[in-house]
Amino acid sequence: MIELVSEERCISCNICVKVCPTNVFDKGEDGVPVIARQSDCQTCFICEVYCPADALYVSPYAEQTVEVNEQELADKGVLGSWRAIIGWGPGRTKIAAIDTTPFIDRILPPRTIRPQGVSEVLRGGS
Amino acid sequence: MSDSAERQLTADVLVIGGGPAGAWAAWSAATNGAKVVLVDKGYLGSSGATAPGGTNLLYLPPDKEMREQAVASRMKQGGYLAEPAWIHRVLDQVYTNLELIEKWGYPFVRDENGTPMRDHLHGPEYMAIMRKVVKRAGVKVLDQSPALELLVDEFGVGGARGVSRQDDLTWEVRANAVVIATGGCAFLSNGLGCNVLTGDGYLMAGEVGVELSGMEFTRKYAPSPAFGSNTRSRLLGWATYYDSDGNEIVGGRQGDFLAEALLKGPVYAIMNKADTPEKQAFLRKSHAIFFLPYDRAGIDVFTEPFPLTLRYEGTVRGTGGIRIVDDDCSTTVGGLFAAGDAATRERITGSASGGGAFNASWAICSGTWAGKGAAAHALSHRQSAATRDLKPAGRYGLGGVASSFENVVPSQELIKEIQDQVLPLTINYFRTEQGLKQALHRLDNVWNRVNSQTPQNVREQVRARETAAMAATARWMYTAALSRKETRSGGLHGLAEYPGQDEEQQHRLLVSGLEEVSVRTEQVPVSGVAVTAVAATSEEVQAG
Repeated sequence: MIELVSEERCISCNICVKVCPTNVFDKGEDGVPVIARQSDCQTCFICEVYCPADALYVSPYAEQTVEVNEQELADKGVLGSWRAIIGWGPGRTKIAAIDTTPFIDRILPPRTIRPQGVSEVLRGGS
Repeated sequence: MSDSAERQLTADVLVIGGGPAGAWAAWSAATNGAKVVLVDKGYLGSSGATAPGGTNLLYLPPDKEMREQAVASRMKQGGYLAEPAWIHRVLDQVYTNLELIEKWGYPFVRDENGTPMRDHLHGPEYMAIMRKVVKRAGVKVLDQSPALELLVDEFGVGGARGVSRQDDLTWEVRANAVVIATGGCAFLSNGLGCNVLTGDGYLMAGEVGVELSGMEFTRKYAPSPAFGSNTRSRLLGWATYYDSDGNEIVGGRQGDFLAEALLKGPVYAIMNKADTPEKQAFLRKSHAIFFLPYDRAGIDVFTEPFPLTLRYEGTVRGTGGIRIVDDDCSTTVGGLFAAGDAATRERITGSASGGGAFNASWAICSGTWAGKGAAAHALSHRQSAATRDLKPAGRYGLGGVASSFENVVPSQELIKEIQDQVLPLTINYFRTEQGLKQALHRLDNVWNRVNSQTPQNVREQVRARETAAMAATARWMYTAALSRKETRSGGLHGLAEYPGQDEEQQHRLLVSGLEEVSVRTEQVPVSGVAVTAVAATSEEVQAG
């Protein structure tokens, strides 16, 4: 769930307000967006991908709120880390350009457990 | 909703939904000469199940033998309820469109021979490109603008009404053709990107009289961190599963073992089959989203156990949806088209899940076809939608009719009641006739109260409508499920009382109606290539 909009880092672009699929944020009076409907957050992390200022933190816990410490998140390099992995932002390589998925069969384990009916895709056409 | 909307637009084609199917539909309609408006509940580019993660695609070179083989294998998996001709046309169309995606800037990796590998798309990149392409095609995009109801007259559909939730105003778009691309319904089960998928399009279409097909094929759950939302689980192929005592849980060939194990107690996994730093780095560059929640929770998935659950995916990775009746994804209602997970995917997946490559390819193809069909339909209309005598068709969950204060029901209460009947493995995974009958009875009881919601603001208005849509979807699902008294190949439907596949039920089930839900059967259409293939398959069924 979204837990943090860093006032220090936020550049008041309101991109997060615009892109959130579940409309969690409101524009703030001081320019910094506020988390207005936290319980509507679907923990999809996409606001972090779009935030150009690395000012947001979505915690991995989808069904409970947790206390977060901005300084700690910053020190550990967590703020902005998802955007960096996706490779958005100046000077970065997009993960799409170094995608290993098409070659994933090359490292298949000897005995794969693939529960039918509950697991992910049946490999398309192959 | 009041009689006149605060924002009024007229177009040829209205696309409702801004996931992949909606984006392709809007692009296709605009490319075919139509003036197009696209509305999305969230944001074109971030909305839906595809955007936050990634997806596989069907990408088979036009090699006749390879494709025949793929089609035959799918027909078998799908209980022979799919149609070879439709699988072929998807393989053809998606191949072409993936080339387009590359031309538009998607950086597909290449293998050692320089061949582009176009069988996987990263969600954020893919959908950001689609937004750009759609806007460049001249489509007017209304983000954060959920549609609430369709507009109709005696000739069919002519647009929709909704709200722009950040501006707190109502909108009306009149258009002689409408494409519903609102995705499936996952009942707010917190799967990745799936909480916007509440069956809104099914309800809108149901209110103008469409049928839904394949709604019984909805027994579909995905593994996810017990604490998190990430339902992208392909990498669990590198996991070993354990119970809380550390005993390994071994999955049988029949599947079901995760569901069965979860009934007994917590289930953990360790990704210990990725046993070298090279393999681990490889997987991280494949499905990065898989690792994100665990990294943030401080769990090293390669060495430490992490708790799993199963999240319900309804018609997202299930197969049912709006029945489409022609190659252009038109429905039985004039001017109304359906694409992506909003439409039934039975024509290409039969009774099997299209989750992953099939659904993603279907979104691209059905969007392309529906957009083109909608453009042709709208441009052949003599009268502008602006002058048609259109009336709003919404009847349920729109508020304002609770008879007295005591009858008022908060949406949250109804949502909980719906989820209690739809999410539990014991009801919806381990389906029994008795269990589903009881659940359906309770859902009927919810349905009787959807008009007792009294939304006080835009957010509540959207929620109330979503609640009605989920209630309607659940009733269609279980009504269909009770009518298919067999267990069909693909794992998406079965009843404990009827464990085998029954050749007498080699048909599709269509449901319709809101107050009273009715069911009828439809024979799987046989046409062109399909004739020989279907004849061959019935022998195979007997032999097997």
